[in-house]
Amino acid sequence: MILKIKASEQMMSSIIEIKQLTYRYDKDTVLENINLSIAEGSFLAIVGPNGSGKSTLLKLILGLLKLQKGEIHLFGQDINKFKDWQRIGYVSQKANSFNTDFPATVFEVAASGLTKRIGMFRRIKKEHEDKVLAALEAVGMKQYQSRNIGELSGGQQQRVFIARALVSEPQLLILDEPTVGVDAENVNAFYQMLDELNKNKGITLMLVTHDIGSISEKVSHVACLNKRLHFHGDSKEFENLRMEDMSKAYGYDMQLLTHHHEYGGR
Amino acid sequence: MIQGLLHYEFLQNAFLTGILIGIIAPLLGVFIVVRRLSLIADALSHVTLAGIAASLLLERSVTAFTGLNPIYMGMVFSVGGALFIEKLREVYKSYQELAIPIIMSGGIGLSVIFISLANGFNTDLFSYLFGSVSAVSRTDLFVILAISIVVIVLIRLLYKELFILSFDEEYAKASGIAAKSIHFIFIVMVALVIAASMRIVGILLVSSLMTLPVAASIRIAKGFKQTIFYSILFGEISVLGGLILSFYADLAPGGTIVMLAVLILIFTIIIKKVNIAKNYNIKEEQLGERS
Repeated sequence: MILKIKASEQMMSSIIEIKQLTYRYDKDTVLENINLSIAEGSFLAIVGPNGSGKSTLLKLILGLLKLQKGEIHLFGQDINKFKDWQRIGYVSQKANSFNTDFPATVFEVAASGLTKRIGMFRRIKKEHEDKVLAALEAVGMKQYQSRNIGELSGGQQQRVFIARALVSEPQLLILDEPTVGVDAENVNAFYQMLDELNKNKGITLMLVTHDIGSISEKVSHVACLNKRLHFHGDSKEFENLRMEDMSKAYGYDMQLLTHHHEYGGR
Repeated sequence: MIQGLLHYEFLQNAFLTGILIGIIAPLLGVFIVVRRLSLIADALSHVTLAGIAASLLLERSVTAFTGLNPIYMGMVFSVGGALFIEKLREVYKSYQELAIPIIMSGGIGLSVIFISLANGFNTDLFSYLFGSVSAVSRTDLFVILAISIVVIVLIRLLYKELFILSFDEEYAKASGIAAKSIHFIFIVMVALVIAASMRIVGILLVSSLMTLPVAASIRIAKGFKQTIFYSILFGEISVLGGLILSFYADLAPGGTIVMLAVLILIFTIIIKKVNIAKNYNIKEEQLGERS
């Protein structure tokens, strides 16, 4: 199932190109025949219920799992040969697993994103510090730089982790459930910050979420995943198609979905 | 005391060694504590004991080993134990802490066998268990000096990598850090520092020097660098204070050092409590923000 993306976007190069991807854990097929391409400059949300294979897909794209069947191309290069991982920033789902008593400042956490780029045996220099401050500024956390990370709220911590991914100046930023742990009233501001990164800094964004309530107004493209890809395209199209395709993707979760739908205030 | 320091070589050895250990034990301790591996030091110290017992036994039965400093054999065992822990942590992926009791009991078991083969305890072994200032030789001092230089240089060179591995191992691996080799280097350093520290505080108390100053430091420090700074500061206060106190009051130095570290820890907990009470209103605001 290959979905055509609008002509204007076809002109741009795709940053991720996935072809006929299938993945199994033992006998369980988690992903089946996934075809997906992400154009440069887009803001894609992959939505799907728990256990739909979202995390597996992310791990495959990040090279944390080995390909079984199908192809993934990153920046036009086969993932097996891809070495330029600094072009991809990754923000994992932090809210629950993170040791909040870890004695590190916001600055130190953000600066740790430069570890690989600076290289072994070298120390952080002034130019690196400037990059860290710029990244903290971009996520609106500069004034908290000398606070301990554990003193911040969940949403602020998430912003710091995004800054950590931004310091190495990636072209693509991948976020796993970024709004988990962000207070409901701050979610909009959080998405606005992402939108600014996408529009002003030209960073291609890809996020995974199970919260489909109002996601389509925040992003440019939506892909709906549940083992198979049920919909991939413009977020406006997604609005129209939503009920029909969602029911395919979510199956049993239809009740829950409509609930979310109303909750999203549309 | 000053007079003594000038005149007696053993006092010089003890103080210089103490200063070095007061730096390197808490320095490595910071990384151990934040990675939740506090018990590793205990496990390795017991393996070190097995090495020392083996060395003392060999000294008795094989002439070639006469006069060999037991600290070397202790280090060999300690490093071996460290590598074994790493292996076990891989085997029991979801029960990683299991490696520690396995190695610890293995170490004690071996020690007891070696000690019994050597016909029981002697004063020498006793000084390794609880530490002894007079037992620190010039060779010990030079060995510990060499280890300290290696440790400080390596930590400086690998600081970024060790930080990110401690803070977020998954992220570190995903960003292509050579996690395995760095962890390997780290655990070997821990093993060496444990073998080096036991002369002063003794095998049974080595882990306290790696964890207590850090536990105190975490309570009050802002950021990771400050945590390291306070840990070393508290480590030095405990070691030097403990040595001086034990000299004048004729106490066991190991025990005195550890009890000073405990006092510092209690002190920082109280300070933090007082500060929290002062900042109650600010905290309240933050909590409100969070919920």
